[in-house]
Amino acid sequence: MDPSRHAIERWLQTRTRHWQSLEQKLQGQLDRPAESTEELMALVDGLRGIARDLSLAREVMPGNRIVAYLEQLYVRAHEVVHRPARRPGQDLKKIFTIDGPRIAREMRGTILATSALFLGCVLIGWLLVEVHPELAALFASAEMIDQTQQGTLWTEGLLNILPSSVLAIGIIANNLTVTFFAFALGTFFGLGTLYIISLNGLMLGGVFAFTGHYGLDGRLLDFILPHGVVELSVICLAGAAGVRLGEALMRPGSRTRVEAFQTAVSRAGTLLLVAAPFLVGAGLIEGYISPDPTYSRGGRLVIGLGYGLVFWLVVSGLAFRSRSGVDFALRLERSRGWCFSILIKQLTANKR
Amino acid sequence: MTDSLHLTTADGTDVALEVAGVGSRSYAFIVDWHIRILFVLAWLAVMLLAFGTGNSDSLFGWLRLDAARRAYLLLLPPALVYFLYHPVLEVLMHGRTPGKRLAGVRIVTTDGRTPGLGPLLIRNLLRLVDCLPVFYLVGLSVALATSRHVRIGDLAAGTLLVHEYKVSTESLQTAARLVLSRSLLPEDQALLLDLLERWGSLRREVRIDLGSRFLAKVGEAVPQDQVPGRGQGRPSPATLDKALLARLSELAGREPHRT
Repeated sequence: MDPSRHAIERWLQTRTRHWQSLEQKLQGQLDRPAESTEELMALVDGLRGIARDLSLAREVMPGNRIVAYLEQLYVRAHEVVHRPARRPGQDLKKIFTIDGPRIAREMRGTILATSALFLGCVLIGWLLVEVHPELAALFASAEMIDQTQQGTLWTEGLLNILPSSVLAIGIIANNLTVTFFAFALGTFFGLGTLYIISLNGLMLGGVFAFTGHYGLDGRLLDFILPHGVVELSVICLAGAAGVRLGEALMRPGSRTRVEAFQTAVSRAGTLLLVAAPFLVGAGLIEGYISPDPTYSRGGRLVIGLGYGLVFWLVVSGLAFRSRSGVDFALRLERSRGWCFSILIKQLTANKR
Repeated sequence: MTDSLHLTTADGTDVALEVAGVGSRSYAFIVDWHIRILFVLAWLAVMLLAFGTGNSDSLFGWLRLDAARRAYLLLLPPALVYFLYHPVLEVLMHGRTPGKRLAGVRIVTTDGRTPGLGPLLIRNLLRLVDCLPVFYLVGLSVALATSRHVRIGDLAAGTLLVHEYKVSTESLQTAARLVLSRSLLPEDQALLLDLLERWGSLRREVRIDLGSRFLAKVGEAVPQDQVPGRGQGRPSPATLDKALLARLSELAGREPHRT
């Protein structure tokens, strides 16, 4: 037999077993850290072996399926060995205490502009229905109009129709949908977001003007007060996030459009991750407190402003400033350094 | 020629992952969609059995749920499964879903890694845009127009779908034998392996056609000239099919019954 063929045959026979053994070792490795230094070192050795085999396979059998197989195995092994440490709790804490507030501060201008657009549309909607009451049909359903004309708000007696828990689930789902749409439609160069924000503003203003004609605007305000501050704030934040997507596509700067878009989505998505959970609380308030006539206007005001204050303290980062901000970031870095030094010590001890 | 994601790792090794096209992507989605629909139908059937009449003598009548609560119990789990199926399974299965697994594809980041929670949430959040106006028209159009066949959600998250080949021990051994025999060119070896692996799933006439064409391509005699029965009319398709498989397996150096 040709010696080179004999060598390849032997190499294939011995290495195939190694590849399959490494494949088994890689199973489930992405879900858990290596249990021992030996296990970790076996993976590192396996990766080095695969790199050598891949190089040889490319040389002696270019285009063969074994090359494709080894490439996939190499990518998997490389990912397992080089994956960053998993700290889901710390990462989430960092998002809420550092990343989210930082992004909110950077997006302050856009948030203010989007909020101004929303408030402007509220005013326009109010003026439109105030001057042309027949336009109320654009913003309210026939059923809502009928009930208002009979002197009752559609929000009154909601609890007689649906229990609070059921009402809250529906409201949370609806608010999350509006928020996500306001963000995602920014992909259409921001136009979709502007449409959602404007439409919601026009509807709110129009409905207030319409109920005002029948002297029910105070009762509508009472209904909106407890949950409205946070609900509308989240929608404005989502709108600002969507506007940023559109801006990245229109003015990518020195980066490519795709790169600018990815950065904008990642940053805006982080902010949304901080803001959107507050909709759960707003939904619960809207299901349990807003339709309940036993709450006075003062009580509603305190709940609405209080929850709104908590929301803005978290989003702006003021809620964590005393103990975190830079302090938290430093603590995080220190803990990382501590983990790293332990690893170095362990590896050095093993070498000895 | 297939599109590939070329990567150079930190230690200087170049690897290429084959990018999945719109076909594989759609196949995976359709399978996942059917799984969700089957769950919804099963849930509705169970609920109908449980609360069908709404009387106290029905299976869960003792719960005394009012109409609104029953409606939520009926609709909420299917809605949750419908909307959370992709994000939850993609996170738990490291960029795969049952449909993707069946289609042999998985999600990776543009640097070839398994995407984390953030990118997976983003790509699923932007389904809202990709599914517009109906039947994922926006997503499909973008996937057709982009070089890596990605939808807007993938563009935003920096992810793409790549093929994931499961190579069995037998395939690995056959590939090794083929290398050693050196009687076939590398691309013919790959073609032969593919053909043998798919042999069982192909219709007989397709198998005969592809097998004969392969043998003609590599300059081998098509077995219909050799099988018993020559001179007494054409061999039956079953006989030809068997003879083709035997010849192809012989070329690959494996036992015919094992394909």
